Amino acid sequence: MTSLFRTGLPAYAMVVGLLFLAGLPVLAVWADNIFLIDLYLRLMILAIAAVSLNLILGYGGMVSFGHAAYLVVGAYAVGIPAYYGIYNGFLQFAIAILASAAIALVTGAIALRTKGVYFIMITMAFAQMVFFTFVSIEEYGGDDGLVIDTRSEFGGLLDINDNFTLYYFVLASLILTLGLVHRIVHSRFGMVISGSKGNDRRMQAIGFPTYRYRLASYVISGAICGYAGALLGNFTNFITPEMGDWVRSGELIFMVVLGGAGSLFGPVLGTAMFVLLEEYLSRITQYWHFPFGAMLILVVIFTRGGINGMFRWLGGRIGLGARS
Amino acid sequence: MDWGLFTIQMLNGLQLGVLLFLLAAGLTLVFGIMDFVNLAHGSLYMMGAYFCATLTQLTDSFLLGVVLALPLTALLGWLVELIVVRALYTHDHLDHVLATFGLILCFDTAVDYIWGPTGMAIPLPDFLNGQVTLFGGLEFPVFRLVIIASGLLVAALLYVMVAHTRLGMLIRAGASNRTMVMALGVDIGKLFALVFAVGAAFAGFAGMLIAPITEASIGMGNDIIIVAFVVIIIGGIGSIKGAFVAAMIVGLIDTMGRSFLDQLLKVFMSAQNAETSAPALSAMAIYILMAVVLAFRPQGLFPPKVR
Amino acid sequence: MYKKITALAALGALLAAPAMAADKVKIGFVTTITTPAGVIGQDMVDAVNLAMDDIGGKMGGLDVELIIEDDAFNPPVGKQKVDKLVKQDDVDFVAGFIWSHVLLASKKSALDAGKFLISSNAGPSQLAGDQCDKNFFSASWQNDQTPMAMGEVLNQNGVKSVYVMAPNYAAGKNMIAGVERTFKGKIVGRDLTKWGKDAQLDFSAELAKAKASGADALWVFYPGKAGGALIKQYEQAGLLGQLPLYTVFTVDSIALPKLQEGNLKGVMGSLNTQHWGPDLDNPQNKKFVEGFKKKYGRYPSFYAAQSYDTMFMIKSAVEAVNGNLDDKDGMRAAMKKADFPSTRGKFSFGNNHFPIQNFYLREVVADADGVWTTKIVKTVLENHQDPYAGECKM
Repeated sequence: MTSLFRTGLPAYAMVVGLLFLAGLPVLAVWADNIFLIDLYLRLMILAIAAVSLNLILGYGGMVSFGHAAYLVVGAYAVGIPAYYGIYNGFLQFAIAILASAAIALVTGAIALRTKGVYFIMITMAFAQMVFFTFVSIEEYGGDDGLVIDTRSEFGGLLDINDNFTLYYFVLASLILTLGLVHRIVHSRFGMVISGSKGNDRRMQAIGFPTYRYRLASYVISGAICGYAGALLGNFTNFITPEMGDWVRSGELIFMVVLGGAGSLFGPVLGTAMFVLLEEYLSRITQYWHFPFGAMLILVVIFTRGGINGMFRWLGGRIGLGARS
Repeated sequence: MDWGLFTIQMLNGLQLGVLLFLLAAGLTLVFGIMDFVNLAHGSLYMMGAYFCATLTQLTDSFLLGVVLALPLTALLGWLVELIVVRALYTHDHLDHVLATFGLILCFDTAVDYIWGPTGMAIPLPDFLNGQVTLFGGLEFPVFRLVIIASGLLVAALLYVMVAHTRLGMLIRAGASNRTMVMALGVDIGKLFALVFAVGAAFAGFAGMLIAPITEASIGMGNDIIIVAFVVIIIGGIGSIKGAFVAAMIVGLIDTMGRSFLDQLLKVFMSAQNAETSAPALSAMAIYILMAVVLAFRPQGLFPPKVR
Repeated sequence: MYKKITALAALGALLAAPAMAADKVKIGFVTTITTPAGVIGQDMVDAVNLAMDDIGGKMGGLDVELIIEDDAFNPPVGKQKVDKLVKQDDVDFVAGFIWSHVLLASKKSALDAGKFLISSNAGPSQLAGDQCDKNFFSASWQNDQTPMAMGEVLNQNGVKSVYVMAPNYAAGKNMIAGVERTFKGKIVGRDLTKWGKDAQLDFSAELAKAKASGADALWVFYPGKAGGALIKQYEQAGLLGQLPLYTVFTVDSIALPKLQEGNLKGVMGSLNTQHWGPDLDNPQNKKFVEGFKKKYGRYPSFYAAQSYDTMFMIKSAVEAVNGNLDDKDGMRAAMKKADFPSTRGKFSFGNNHFPIQNFYLREVVADADGVWTTKIVKTVLENHQDPYAGECKM
């Protein structure tokens, strides 16, 4: 078995999950409910964002309370060029990634000088600045948001105006992101990040300039999230600064923690739980936020390590393939 | 420059600042002493407003409503501490943020269920509803003046309590070195519960003061709580004095921005763009201030002395 | 011969099958249920349910299935819900929409899927102008129209300068543009305040500016609960009698009960414009207002009246094609005729599918039971068409 699956969840569960995602569009057509494709598209895009947050939150212990800002930046990187009639996807996605990375570099350089709750709050402050910047630009719709009438164009390579194509494009992106994060985490670079989460001073004493390492991971995380934002803009065809509201950032943290921070697939699992619960609970009752909130509290109080931790605990109990 | 308008806007800024201070005081104490991040502090602000609205309706008196709603909000705070918060002290800040985020959802939904989505108005008695004429013939709403006065009064009381009573001594000691206080045999559990309940009452009081101006409504605390956090971070976590100074600064920046920024922006952009941008930019200003403060004084302006 | 007839009948039944397959009219209704703005959504849903009672749950012989969705006062959520209505529930009509920005965000999802989109409130300029669509209809008005009527009233009352305040979103900007279109005096100051779920509700700074501006009058647009808050603060700031208040979509039967509860008498006698009023004299409106008051014990708002109209408009379309919901052209043509009983009385549709209708000046009064409501004073604009119709190539 490859080390890719060294998480709490047994490997076959993840394989089953990915196979399920791959087969979902067929299932949706068969069940005559193509809305399912929309639902899972959103799920996967948010999962990419959650995986990117997990890189710094789960592995590096940097609790960014402003990660949704990169979603907004990525989405507007598609929306603003489209507003001027530039639909070149390569360009739009490049802008999304570079702009997010640049913002992460500047804000991270300042934010990483702080620790603990100050870090939480300063990342939130930067996200609010991004939020209000887009609110203040009348030209691109301000508070009302911006309609993207044409999705990104990738020459003749790919036509994501078709939701099926977009779906597999996003699925491929998700798998690539997971692979990338896996590579990073298991590299020397990733070890330093994890190490400085455990004991930053010791890592410095050994001679690692941990600040630079942490900043690099922060920038990578922001860039991936910006990429997810570009996907989100394409998917929704409508973007608004509200996507970067502090509540959205809180939800991203929730997704990571719910699934189990610091495990590769945890954020995907958490996002799935979050999106599906939101969708189906809200159909049952108008007061769905109550059980949702209560669950959040209970998860935090009783299951350290989120759902993934719970599986691990259960797996340990009944002797199933949990390996770590 | 219109000095009359400027004075009025200073008073408006002061009023917002006082309100923020009432919220921030409890927040900074809970944070400083128990090291607990309470996003749901805004929910207590909302609950205070709803309690007061209901009691005002029942008793036909706003003053009686406030007097009765205060202990009720404190009691609610005490219950929240007992049921949820107490289980979280041993967890890290991230868990606090998440669990209290969950609490916000629960409170908002509960209010929707009990009081409905409409929101509740609080009628003011006539003697609070009018205006007073200040120096130079300036008119100012009586009630806003009452808010400023009661906020300053609370600040003064809090100062006396923290600086000159045994409880205050414990609070100060707790904020600067919690382990030491516990080692000295103080029942830290009781102290925590008490501080939490008092903080809840302050937040509720702020809600009761603003509701007659706007109204009691669902989610009214969710926006202002983030600003209150900005206040305590700027002021230095655990510092009442810092919370007070920062609350005034933030209140003034916000109000002055809303009042005069569009005029300023019109100098270098079109009138329409200026009018759209000004509210957003003045909202952004306080976050810029916080980032600057954190970048240069990571512990805030008035950090409590020595850990 | 007998065999031939049965064969023909069978063939006929077979051909009719697609029409019969749709044995229900599915209507998706998007409005705000949660958040404090949910009070408006509730009024709309109540009106739609009343309409369902009044038509016996049937249109053109088909059962009506109503699916109500909550947009949470949030454009992306609204769009998500429309996607669900279109793709999962496969509705025939998407209706509702309080907010212009939610409608603008959602329209592509509904229209691209070939569904009819009917606004029961929001009337953004874009949809009246260059983005008009053959499958979009407004059961309300275009945003600019009501404030245009108010601009006329300001002129008639000899107001020379006015201070304007509105929330910072699509409709707020349309409303200000509307009043500026007809008002001949000077606009001495403008404030656009934060809107959305964290909307600004304390207007101390703005009211102080308005007072200091020396304007003859204050014009505001604050729908929902913000309206009540604004009027309260207007009175507390001592502007009553100093700075006359003119409103659009602010003083309605949602704000008035609360103002009465707070005993804010300052609002009595204040003026607003609207295409409708609870006392408007026509049979359908009588039936609606009486039915609403009987069922819910309060006055309906204009949101409710428009939602009620929406249902009757859909009914007229379904009846015109005898329940054959595949006949989109037939339904479109039927709706375009505006041949249904409307609470606003007789009106017609312009080329952009926005109503051409009257606008009235209304005054706040107490009714016979002492309940605060509005009374129509006079007609300000007759058969008025919105100013964007010319930009619509339809």
